[in-house]
Amino acid sequence: MIISTLETVPGRSVIEHLGIVQGSTVRAKHIGRDIAASLKNIVGGELRGYTELLSEARDEALQRMIEQATSKGANAVVNIRFSTSSVTQGASEILAYGSAVVVE
Amino acid sequence: MEILLHNVDLLVVLVLLIVGYSFGRLAEWRHFRSIRRREDEYGDLIIVTSKTPPAMNVPPETTLVLGSAVISVDYFKRFVANLRKIFGGRLGTYESLLDRARREALLRMQEDARFVGATMIFNARFETSSISKGAKQAVGTIEVLAYGTGVIPRA
Repeated sequence: MIISTLETVPGRSVIEHLGIVQGSTVRAKHIGRDIAASLKNIVGGELRGYTELLSEARDEALQRMIEQATSKGANAVVNIRFSTSSVTQGASEILAYGSAVVVE
Repeated sequence: MEILLHNVDLLVVLVLLIVGYSFGRLAEWRHFRSIRRREDEYGDLIIVTSKTPPAMNVPPETTLVLGSAVISVDYFKRFVANLRKIFGGRLGTYESLLDRARREALLRMQEDARFVGATMIFNARFETSSISKGAKQAVGTIEVLAYGTGVIPRA
């Protein structure tokens, strides 16, 4: 599976478009991490717990997107975009979407 | 001194301000130093926002590369920014926060690209979101995601 933010796959032409595929996940913050983060808020700097949390969530969103593309019979997802939104306070939704295509 | 001893709240705020100012400054200075060092290190890995990679004799492999960072401002800067909000104008304290976060995210994306063996990153994009939105006290924590397509030349 080729995943890319470009519109095409270099050197290979798109044979078929299979439409949009997306994967999303909603994550809430861990209470322990929240306490550590609020302490870190006083001195500033990177909140590693959150960086990890969000990158795990993003991996899962990507994975779900890839699963959907595979089930449609695609071998590449092009023009991928990410979007993050906060659903309620302390929870955020991470969305990955792109176009499923078949390349030769 | 008398006033301070009678108003514990004021004392707490003052201590937080001092702690935030000193440690925050130190942490930021260290972070910027590390960012500059790594920017020199990854300087040869070009990041481009254009959509089409240059024509190569042998079509390269492409793959998604990502980098993200969650960074928050310190208590002192948040305090200064809140004062600033009364009059409006430039919020210098938040500018440095965003600068740090963006550059850090870019560096992590470059790190990821180097790991997979890419020599260039095409169609790079930023995604910024405020995680602490809505929370009363915790303003000023942002997440920046940088993503793009790593171009891996084939021999």
